[in-house]
Amino acid sequence: MNMSLIISQLINGLQSGSVYALIALGYSMVYGIIMLLNFAHGDIIMVGAYVAWLAMVNFALNPILAIILAIAACVLLGVVIEKVAYTPLRSSPRISLLITAIGVSFLLQNLAQLVFGAGSQRVPAMISGPSLTIAGQYVSFTAMITIVISVVSMLLLTLLVQKSKMGKAMRAVSEDMGAAQLMGISVNRTISFTFAVGSALAGIGSVLYCCAYPQASPTMGSMLGIKAFIAAVLGGIGSIPGAMIGGFCIGLAEAIISAVGLSVWKDGVVFAILIIVLVFKPTGILGKTMTEKV
Amino acid sequence: MLKVNDINVYYGSIHAIKGVSFEVQKGEIVTLIGANGAGKSSILNTISGLLRSKGGCIKFRDKNISSILPHKIVGMGLAQVPEGRRVFLKMSVQENLEMGAYTRRGSEINESIEDVYERFPRLKERRRQVAGTLSGGEQQMLAMGRALMSKPELLMLDEPSMGLAPILVEQIFDIIKELNSAGTTILLVEQNAQMALSIADRGYVLETGKIVTSADARELLNNDAVKKAYLGG
Repeated sequence: MNMSLIISQLINGLQSGSVYALIALGYSMVYGIIMLLNFAHGDIIMVGAYVAWLAMVNFALNPILAIILAIAACVLLGVVIEKVAYTPLRSSPRISLLITAIGVSFLLQNLAQLVFGAGSQRVPAMISGPSLTIAGQYVSFTAMITIVISVVSMLLLTLLVQKSKMGKAMRAVSEDMGAAQLMGISVNRTISFTFAVGSALAGIGSVLYCCAYPQASPTMGSMLGIKAFIAAVLGGIGSIPGAMIGGFCIGLAEAIISAVGLSVWKDGVVFAILIIVLVFKPTGILGKTMTEKV
Repeated sequence: MLKVNDINVYYGSIHAIKGVSFEVQKGEIVTLIGANGAGKSSILNTISGLLRSKGGCIKFRDKNISSILPHKIVGMGLAQVPEGRRVFLKMSVQENLEMGAYTRRGSEINESIEDVYERFPRLKERRRQVAGTLSGGEQQMLAMGRALMSKPELLMLDEPSMGLAPILVEQIFDIIKELNSAGTTILLVEQNAQMALSIADRGYVLETGKIVTSADARELLNNDAVKKAYLGG
C-alpha cells in the first residue's frame, strides 16, 4: 500500500463523510427540537434523487435547475411530513412519534417503488468540472466540490443557528417549549422551519451523493439514512457540531477500512461503531449527560 | 384590565381549577396565594394560553383571549415570569433578553435591553455568559428582565421568591414594587403569603382549585383563617 493510495482513500472518506455530515445534521436538529428520531429523513434524500433524475431525464432541464428543484422538493416534503404526520402527535408519547416516522419511511419507499419501479435509475451528472492534481495527488472535481459545499453549508447553518432570530428561537424551543411560547415564539413555525432547514441539507446531501453514486432507487435512502443516523449518535445526537464531526468520522472510518483491503466489512464496521458508542458512551462525542430537573 | 370568569381546567380526569373568577384592575398589584398544588400556576398558565379552560372566559383589556394561541397573547401585552424561572440555560444572558423581545421589531429593542441592564446591573456584567452559570437570584432577575422585554402592561409572576435567600427575596419584591410604580400592572402568585400581601393591593386565597377568600391585602394579613393557614399563626 503506497502513500498516494492512502491519501486518495482519505479524500474519498472526506467526500462521503461530508455527505453523512449533511444528513446527520437533519437528524440531530429534529431530535434537538422535538426529541424525534426522524427515520423518514433518509427517504427524503431518495425523493430528492428521483426529482433530480426526473428533471434531467424526463424534462431535460439543465443541471442547475434540477439541483434547485431537488432541494426544493426535499424542503417541501420535509415540512409536509412534519405537518401531516408529526404535528398531530405533538402531545402523544414519543414512541408513537417514532413508529410514525418508521411508517412514513416505509410509505415513501413503497410509493417510490410503485411510481418508479423497483430497479434503479441512472441520474446524469449534475456537476462536472476539471479534476485537480494537488501536490501530485489526483483529486476529482466532485470530491472537491462535495467537501467545499458541505463545509460552506455547515458554516452557514452554524451562523443561522447562532446569530439569526429564527436560529435563536430554534434553540429556545429545543430547550424549553413552554417558556419559548411565553416569549411569543410560535412553536409550530419554529419546528416547521427546523424541518425545512434539515430537509434542505438532506437535499444538498442528495445531490452530492448522486454525484458520487449516480443512481436513484427506492431503498437508497435507508442505508444512507442509517449511516448518517449513526454519525449523529456518534457525534452526540442533538448537537450540531457533533453531527458534523460524527459524519466525517464515519466517512473516514469507511475509507480506512477500504484502504486496508476490507471494503466488504465497511457496513459492519459502521454498525460496530454504533454498538460501541451505545455501550460505552451513549451520549456521543459532544453530547452531554441529560439531567432532568424536577 | 384582566377579567377571569369561571375557568375550569382539567388534567385528564382531575378537575384542577374549579370555577375560578377574579379580576385585576389597571395599576394594581394583585396576589393569588395558596399552598403548593392549590392551582396557582395552572391559573397563570391558563391565562397565558398554555392550558385551556373548559368553558368560562378570560378577558384582557376587554378582549376575549381564552382561545388565542400563547405566542400571540404575549404580543398583546401580557407577559409571564414562569415558576422556576425557566430561563434558557444554554443561551447567553443577552440572547435570553432578545428572546423576550421576540414579538417586537426594530432598534428600540436595544434600548429596552439597556433599560433592563440599568435595572439589573448584575445582568450587564454577565451579558455574554450562558444563563446556566448564573446564581438563582440572577436567574430570577434574568427571567423578570426577559419578561419585561415584551413591554407588558400586565406582568404575571409565578413564585418569584422560590428558592431564594431572604435578602434576595426582599430585593426581588422591591423591584416588583418599582415596576408597579412605573406603570406595570402586576399579578403575583406566591407561597410566601406574608411577602406577597405586604406589597399587594388585593389578594385572593386559593385552596384546592377554588378561590375561598378575597379581600384587600391588609385585611387578609389580619384575617385569622389566613394567618393560621399561610402566615404561621
